[in-house]
Amino acid sequence: MDTPDRDTTPVPSVDRRTFLKVGGAVGVAAAAGGLEGILSARRAPADAQGTRLHILRWVDFIPEADVELKRQAPEASKALGAEVTFEFINANDLQARITAAIQSGSGPDIIQMLWNWPHLYAAGIVDVSDVAEPIGKAQNGFYDVFNATAKVGGKWLAVPHGITGNTVAYRRSWHEEIGVKEFPKTWEQWRQVGKKLKAKGKPVGQALGHSFGDPPTFAYPLLWSFAGAEVDATGKKVVLNSKATIESVKFMQAFWKDACDEGGVAWDDTNNNRAFHAGEISATLNGASIYIVAKRQKEKLKDEKGQPLVQDIEHAPLPGGSAGQFAMYLPFQHSVMKYSKSQKLAKDFLKWLHAKENYEKWFQANEAYSVGSTKVWEEHPMWSRVDKPLRMYQRAARLTRTLGHAGPATARATESYTKYIIVDMYAKAVQGMKAEEAVKWAHGELLKIYA
Amino acid sequence: MVPTVVLLGVFIAYPFVMGVWLSVSDTTVGKPGRFVGFENFRKAWTDSIFRQAVGNTFTYTFWATILKLALGMWLALLLNRHFRGKRLVRALMLLPFIVPTVLSTFAWRWMFDPTFSVLNWTLYYAGLITTKIPWLSDTTLALWCAIIINTWRGMPFYAITLLAGLQTINPELHEAAAIDGANGWQRFWRVTWPLLLPVTLVVVLFSVIQTFADFQLIYVLTGGGPANSTHLFATYAYQVGVATGLLGEGAAISLAMFPVLFLIVVLQLWYIRRVERT
Repeated sequence: MDTPDRDTTPVPSVDRRTFLKVGGAVGVAAAAGGLEGILSARRAPADAQGTRLHILRWVDFIPEADVELKRQAPEASKALGAEVTFEFINANDLQARITAAIQSGSGPDIIQMLWNWPHLYAAGIVDVSDVAEPIGKAQNGFYDVFNATAKVGGKWLAVPHGITGNTVAYRRSWHEEIGVKEFPKTWEQWRQVGKKLKAKGKPVGQALGHSFGDPPTFAYPLLWSFAGAEVDATGKKVVLNSKATIESVKFMQAFWKDACDEGGVAWDDTNNNRAFHAGEISATLNGASIYIVAKRQKEKLKDEKGQPLVQDIEHAPLPGGSAGQFAMYLPFQHSVMKYSKSQKLAKDFLKWLHAKENYEKWFQANEAYSVGSTKVWEEHPMWSRVDKPLRMYQRAARLTRTLGHAGPATARATESYTKYIIVDMYAKAVQGMKAEEAVKWAHGELLKIYA
Repeated sequence: MVPTVVLLGVFIAYPFVMGVWLSVSDTTVGKPGRFVGFENFRKAWTDSIFRQAVGNTFTYTFWATILKLALGMWLALLLNRHFRGKRLVRALMLLPFIVPTVLSTFAWRWMFDPTFSVLNWTLYYAGLITTKIPWLSDTTLALWCAIIINTWRGMPFYAITLLAGLQTINPELHEAAAIDGANGWQRFWRVTWPLLLPVTLVVVLFSVIQTFADFQLIYVLTGGGPANSTHLFATYAYQVGVATGLLGEGAAISLAMFPVLFLIVVLQLWYIRRVERT
């Protein structure tokens, strides 16, 4: 077939104004089945509602969990009649993205929230009670922690999605070598055990830097177990500067010096995973990712005897202090953004995501790293199949406290967390500042936040 | 003229005015702010982390600038000589400058890693150290690590610019000075330095502004830790304004840089003009 010569073929004369007018009308009519169609349907054409759904989440420490979500995206697209896409970013960058999105009024339709961020971003996210309530009711209820984190002023501003538990992952054989058959139950016992291990070049490894997960999940329970707290039960009075807090800081100084790899003040959430897998540390507070990665990379990650490292990993809860034993697990939830043009679609997607047959696949891919947000998942047959060291996560989510404890979870508690006040109180102390001064500094910073 | 004014208005004036407005308002993420006067600046001034960030920023800028200038000058003088492979050396020297900051800082972070530091490993096996050096976990050392990386990254800019300046100096001036009996140091101090001064000042001016407002390097290297010992103006403003969502307070912290930078620019421009006149 002859191709028309572009230089000689006459082009009908159409001015810019006419082109836009005709093109626009044709485009809209084609997309919506004509103006008559739009009017009779009494709703906006699909384009105006949004036929794309953009979901922003963290890069999971269990890569298979992200792979499963990506695999589900086309299925969700088909079920919802819209294009569903996931974007995964470093968890430390999530807050920046949320702020930028809310301020600019554009960005992902659904964003994953950690901790009690829904309180902080309440002005930019929509009420999803109509999605969350039925899920909770149908699945034996959400864990209590979500009443504090995802519910703001009696409304669900996020749909709870899962909880990442954290426990101390430790090397069983190394502990047995020094006569420890059971992991220490108190902080002081752990210090004594850690001291012996550090003397053998196998210290405890704990992150205490500016990172979202491991440093706060260690620092807050330590504070609480010594009966310290940021604020009282009303959440209004700052009570950090107390004898109990000073005791906890003094303990931390001794623990750090005697038992820990002192480089931990510069660690982020990935360092302890690497250090544990490399045989550099004997124990560390972490999610189940150290175990699960060691299990999935049996051929690569070996102990000093050449055996798969996973066989030597055990889990235990953080030790307790005078006020008891505490944990602060990482609650995850999804919020629908107010600026989104696809709010209904976003809610439909969250319903779809939490449908048993879909959620189950993601839940199983996590293999106990992120557990369900509702209690029904405690009864899932997966628990009878997972390795023994992972079974302690089955009901662990019942125990967690969150930022602001013993007061309510508030935006101010989140502000204190984001500024690393409690983490830095301990970090300053282990760097040489007197315990009393470190506590006084943190108390002063909290007074400004809670003023 | 109109397009220029529009461009300047949209891309320079509007963000600046918006920043000023935010700094005097109590705007938080998703909520419009009310005018609060200088409250955010007062709050920043009473904030110990802000004060620490101010101190860190001045220390970081001062030492990084001195080191970049000294090493950049030294490199420029070396490259101004004739030797085989000079072009290759010049090209290689530019590597730190052309590699994206985030990537190169990640590489440095690995080198300074508290557990797996290749530097520690090398020093240990060379018999120079017996225990690990806490590069990024010591509050003083961490800031110095950042200064070293900034120097490494910024030195080529100094070297190349100063080299360009050196090549504009007429060699006859050096020859004349040499005939008059001036040694190498005297020739540098009496001939090279005065003629290179305007270029040097311009380079320093740009470098100080960039270093003072540095963000990426610290964000990737330490996130402002340990215990805020490496926070700079920009990283702390980001933490407060963007991560925590306190946009008004973050803008005030960020804007607190402005008078300092403005003064530096005014002084240096005034000095350059004076040097050019004389």
